[in-house]
Amino acid sequence: MTPDRILRIAVIGTGPAGMYATEHLIEDRNLNVEVDLFERLPTPWGLIRGGVAPDHPEKKLIVERLFDYFFKHGCVRYFGNVEVGVHVQPRELARWYDAVIYAVGASDDVRLGIPGEGLPGSVSAREFVAWYNGDPDFSHLDVDLSHPRAVVVGNGNVALDVARILTAPVADLEKTDITDHALRALKASAVKEVVILGRRGISQAAYHNPELEEIGHLDGVTVVVEGDDASPPNVDWATRRKLETLRELSAQSTRAAERRIVFRFLCSPVEMLGEHKVEQLRVVQNTLEPVSNGTLQARPTGKRLFIDTGLVMRSIGYRGTPIPGLPFDDALGVVRHIEGRICDDQGAVLGNYVTGWIKRGPRGIIGTNKKCARDTLRCLIEDLQAGRLTPAELRSTEVLQEIKARQPEAVLRPGWLRLDHAERTAGRAQGRPRVKFTEREEQLTLAAEG
Amino acid sequence: MAYVITAACVADYSCVEICPVDCISPGPDETGFEEAEQMYIDPRRCIDCAACVEACPVLAIFEDDCLPATMRHYAEINREYFGERSA
Ligand SMILES: Cc1cc2nc3c(=O)[nH]c(=O)nc-3n(C[C@H](O)[C@H](O)[C@H](O)COP(=O)(O)OP(=O)(O)OC[C@H]3O[C@@H](n4cnc5c(N)ncnc54)[C@H](O)[C@@H]3O)c2cc1C
Ligand SMILES: NC(=O)c1ccc[n+]([C@@H]2O[C@H](COP(=O)([O-])OP(=O)(O)OC[C@H]3O[C@@H](n4cnc5c(N)ncnc54)[C@H](OP(=O)(O)O)[C@@H]3O)[C@@H](O)[C@H]2O)c1
Ligand code: SF4
Ligand code: SF4
Repeated sequence: MTPDRILRIAVIGTGPAGMYATEHLIEDRNLNVEVDLFERLPTPWGLIRGGVAPDHPEKKLIVERLFDYFFKHGCVRYFGNVEVGVHVQPRELARWYDAVIYAVGASDDVRLGIPGEGLPGSVSAREFVAWYNGDPDFSHLDVDLSHPRAVVVGNGNVALDVARILTAPVADLEKTDITDHALRALKASAVKEVVILGRRGISQAAYHNPELEEIGHLDGVTVVVEGDDASPPNVDWATRRKLETLRELSAQSTRAAERRIVFRFLCSPVEMLGEHKVEQLRVVQNTLEPVSNGTLQARPTGKRLFIDTGLVMRSIGYRGTPIPGLPFDDALGVVRHIEGRICDDQGAVLGNYVTGWIKRGPRGIIGTNKKCARDTLRCLIEDLQAGRLTPAELRSTEVLQEIKARQPEAVLRPGWLRLDHAERTAGRAQGRPRVKFTEREEQLTLAAEG
Repeated sequence: MAYVITAACVADYSCVEICPVDCISPGPDETGFEEAEQMYIDPRRCIDCAACVEACPVLAIFEDDCLPATMRHYAEINREYFGERSA
């Protein structure tokens, strides 16, 4: 390796993992890099724009306070509205660049696998989130909010996000960057009660303390806890805090509240019933059973319950999808890799790496991806120093020509900055951080020059 | 007096990297990092230099007597984390 060799690197995906990988590359003083960011959507930032709840604006500060700096860096280019696997293939990227880092996240979700799941009124939290956060592929999702009760299945942070959006006062959401179509639907919503179903007990819930406490700050919302009032002796500190919070919230419970959130533990859905759409959810009560790895697993009892509802939202995890041409571990829903080096049956596919949710699975918060990207890059640098990286075959200008030829509607950095400016300007007039444009055509028009 | 990390924390350990007395946990190479809900500042070791405040990309760090009303209990939570860890 010559010390002044310019390393040309493609980063696929502009969520936290891709942006942290970019940060680590740019900040490494021993490297001289050019980074091209590829993004399926016209808009960058992955789940920061498309996942993080609209009423969490402080978390999105990470864009302007950190990611923007690297996005606008002189050694970085942006190819938005370009999907790897569609407009350009992994084997091509492998030749065009010294190294390729896949940070494509998890584009699908886990199904419950129960009868009736295909009925209208059964949606995933992933789709609902994409709809309220303005993913152009989900702008026309049919979210039926006409029944007074909605059921959210799962006990993670995403379940709390969607329960909060379903019950928060619309006047509060109007100050956020939630999409206009979601605001309209929520204004007209008949939902008065959201039941959050946990298949295990109150002490096994996956949500975090700050997110649980926030449920207690919702105006006009009262909290009810059902199904498990155990106060087990040996829980850890974080769990103890959650139990304490739920105890306080349920002690303040009042019938007078406008809306309710019911935490119902030890319950699994078994069937969605209804003629043309979901009308009822059949659930079974569970008990907990220790398993060999030391954890407690849910085990169904014979006891059944019926919950009347018009909307069942599964929130039981995201799931990675294969990229054509890359080895995939179907059981885990991740690209096959060893410590971030993509591997097939023959061993490492040299020069190809993964980071973020497509490497670890759909777990962890924003900062978890920083360490994850760091660890992947350590492998990349080892490979570079050992002379295992084949130099890029195309110059950067040649890559740009290829991209424009394959995707005439590619959105480059100035295009996103124009769209970003248009969204913020529209937001300013309404006292909101931004108003999101949610149709791809509209986004492309605003990104185009002139 | 000490600085306190609040609910907005996204665990990106920028503060850990800048803290001159290494009093923020769990850093990326400590056990518990992957599961951590947030980072915490050890009030007994913090020297009030405020370096972490500007480093935090989501502005989650406050001086303990300037905590926003809904975050006051985080002073105790930061302290408790270290108590629990050594227990
Ligand atoms: C609903 C929700 C809310 C969350 N809220 C918080 C929170 O408040 N705080 C927190 O700390 N963490 C939160 N998280 C977790 C956090 O968002 C994730 O840890 C993080 O986004 C994962 O980063 P990633 O880069 O791996 O994936 P992503 O953020 O999903 O980024 C992947 C990117 O790759 C792009 N892409 C996919 N396929 C292709 C392709 N073929 N070609 C080109 N580009 C492609 C996608 O469009 C996307 O932009 C939340 C997660 C969810 C699901
Ligand atoms: N504000 C934030 O910081 C924030 C917001 C959103 C998301 N995130 C992060 O993003 C990641 C993903 O969140 P997530 O909520 O999608 O996933 P998660 O935290 O893994 O939670 C998934 C939940 O679904 C349950 N579940 C799984 N399969 C089920 C089934 N078949 N039937 C019933 N329940 C089932 C799990 O229960 P078991 O425990 O029994 O398996 C668990 O409660 C997490 O790391 C989360 O912390 C963070
Ligand atoms: S104020 Fe200074 S000493 Fe205290 S946690 Fe922040 S960086 Fe560390
Ligand atoms: S810098 Fe801020 S967000 Fe990052 S770990 Fe520290 S307090 Fe949390």
